[in-house]
Amino acid sequence: MNQHKKGLFDSPKNVQRVLYFLYAGCFILFAVDFLVHRHISYYWENVWAFYPIYGFVSCVVLVIIASWMRPFLIRDESYYNDEGLDGEANEKALEKTEQGPAASKGDSHVDD
Amino acid sequence: MWMTEVPPFIFLFFGALLAAITRGKLRGGLMLAITMISALNLWGMTDGVYLQFAFLDYQLIPYRVDKLSLVFGYIFHLAAFIGIIYALHLRDTVQQVAAMLYAGSGLGAVFAGDLITLFVFWELLAFTSVFLIWARRTRRAYVAGIRYLIVQVLSGVILLVGCLFYVSEHNTIAFNYIGLEGVAGWLILIAFGIKCAFPFAHNWLTDAYPEATVTGTVFLSAFTTKVAVYALARGYPGTELLIYVGVAMACFPIFFAVIENDLRRVLAYSLLNQVGFMVVGIGIGTALAVNGAVAHAFNDVIFKGLLFMSMGAVLHMTGRINGSDLGGLYKTMPKTTVLCIIGAASISAFPLFSGFVSKSMVMSAALTEGYGWIWLMLLFASAGVFHHAGIKIPYFAFFAHDSGIKAADPPTNMLLAMTISATLCIAIGVYPQMLYALLPFEVDYYPYDMTHVLAQTQLLFFSALAFVWLNKKGLYPPELRSTHLDFDWFYRRFFPEVLKKSFTIIWQVDARLRLMVRRKLTAHLSYLGAKETQLSNLGSQGYPLGNMVMWVAVVLAIYLLLSIF
Repeated sequence: MNQHKKGLFDSPKNVQRVLYFLYAGCFILFAVDFLVHRHISYYWENVWAFYPIYGFVSCVVLVIIASWMRPFLIRDESYYNDEGLDGEANEKALEKTEQGPAASKGDSHVDD
Repeated sequence: MWMTEVPPFIFLFFGALLAAITRGKLRGGLMLAITMISALNLWGMTDGVYLQFAFLDYQLIPYRVDKLSLVFGYIFHLAAFIGIIYALHLRDTVQQVAAMLYAGSGLGAVFAGDLITLFVFWELLAFTSVFLIWARRTRRAYVAGIRYLIVQVLSGVILLVGCLFYVSEHNTIAFNYIGLEGVAGWLILIAFGIKCAFPFAHNWLTDAYPEATVTGTVFLSAFTTKVAVYALARGYPGTELLIYVGVAMACFPIFFAVIENDLRRVLAYSLLNQVGFMVVGIGIGTALAVNGAVAHAFNDVIFKGLLFMSMGAVLHMTGRINGSDLGGLYKTMPKTTVLCIIGAASISAFPLFSGFVSKSMVMSAALTEGYGWIWLMLLFASAGVFHHAGIKIPYFAFFAHDSGIKAADPPTNMLLAMTISATLCIAIGVYPQMLYALLPFEVDYYPYDMTHVLAQTQLLFFSALAFVWLNKKGLYPPELRSTHLDFDWFYRRFFPEVLKKSFTIIWQVDARLRLMVRRKLTAHLSYLGAKETQLSNLGSQGYPLGNMVMWVAVVLAIYLLLSIF
């Protein structure tokens, strides 16, 4: 497989095109809101451009809260690897016992 | 016994037996054939009890059919069929046998007409599926599998205790509406809730699913949680508590999904989010809402399966699944990219894709029943699911920065399985009546009215706009090689640490106590000893122990001599 193959989105122009398409779509949908009479079943829907605003705001809020949560929750990739059953320590112990009985007798053991 | 009276799980268990004794292409063919025969056998079954017998004082009903169980029966066959195709390249007897047994257990559970049979299949689901995790054959998978098994078996045990209470309260074991009256109702709800991955009981899923094999996760995503959704739909429709549990389930996982790096774990979180919608539907409990929940379960099996398959294909071909390692794969895996985007569009509920026609039923039901705030939260969850499953998954795997990984599209059988799922996603989205005809209640619902379509499209487009804006501003949390803590930290780290610490303290206190007691005893003994030396002049001092032993020997010798003569 040719790794250096030029992809469709390697040129910034094409990426920009996709974005323009998105902006245009947003604009049209926003404009349609004024033309179409929708039937309302919840009073918040009366708010001007309710769905576009709600969609945008809720995603921004989602990402901001998630980013705020992250420092509290983030740990190293091997966080759960070093203890208990998961444990590297256990694995090392296991390796030790597999090396034979001498290895499992502990460091201070002297054969007499 | 007529052919039609054979419950579907018998077919699949037989299929597992065949899979165990055959190899290669023959095995794949047989597994597909058995699943197809079982599906044909089930097709068009009418309501009724097809198999029952007396066990002790109770009627066991291993095969009861009604519209609710039938729709789950169909989707489970479909899921098994697609999963088997996806795994056709596999040469791993453990996985293939386990997959057949697991699918059979799922079918057994949804056609169980009594709680004892349900319990049996409930436990079988746990014991058969864990092999799909262990089959990864890594240490991480092994340990995750153990944790998974502990939680699943716990759920089964609680279900059994609940059944016993239920029998004493109602004097029947038939599995119908249960409700929250009495101890039994609560216990059984807890058991169902654990399997349904309710908040705080959800970590078995996000922990174990990403550790399973490429093909195993596809099976896992289809059955366990959907059996729980089915059980809730039968036992607890209209239980208001479920609305709040469901909405929490729909909302909180999306925050974790945004920051998670392992893309299959992102999908596991979005699985929770989708099940949340179903639980809300069951909680509302009207015909429209339960239909919506069931339809969404049906669609979720297909589109979530498709997403897990596409991420599985990425893992299979590149050996990586972390968002931080992937990117730019659209160049080398174009077909997988397109199929993944179809799955992403379906889960995001774009009009003309399957998610739209079922999610909107639950949302409409929430509105018509006057749960305005719930509806707002669900709308937030809808925007959120688009954000993490609709955009994040395809974006970080196939686009974003070019990771330079050499890859190719996966084997034909994997592509075929994904294509079938993708076709179904679009077919159901375009022609929802096909799905609606299978639903348990007669409901006249039409998803494609102007208001719905416009509202949903606006919501999604502006969510996408938010993603672009956040990315441009650099506010979007980057994919980092990391572990993110979740509630499982409490039982994987906190409680073990606390126990360890408290045991250290207990041992220290214990040692000190012993020492103190020993000192006291020694003091008393020496006091007594001192007294005794004064007394012992009269007795034992002149007759040491050796003397006594000699006399015993003499007595024994005499005894011996006497016994000889």
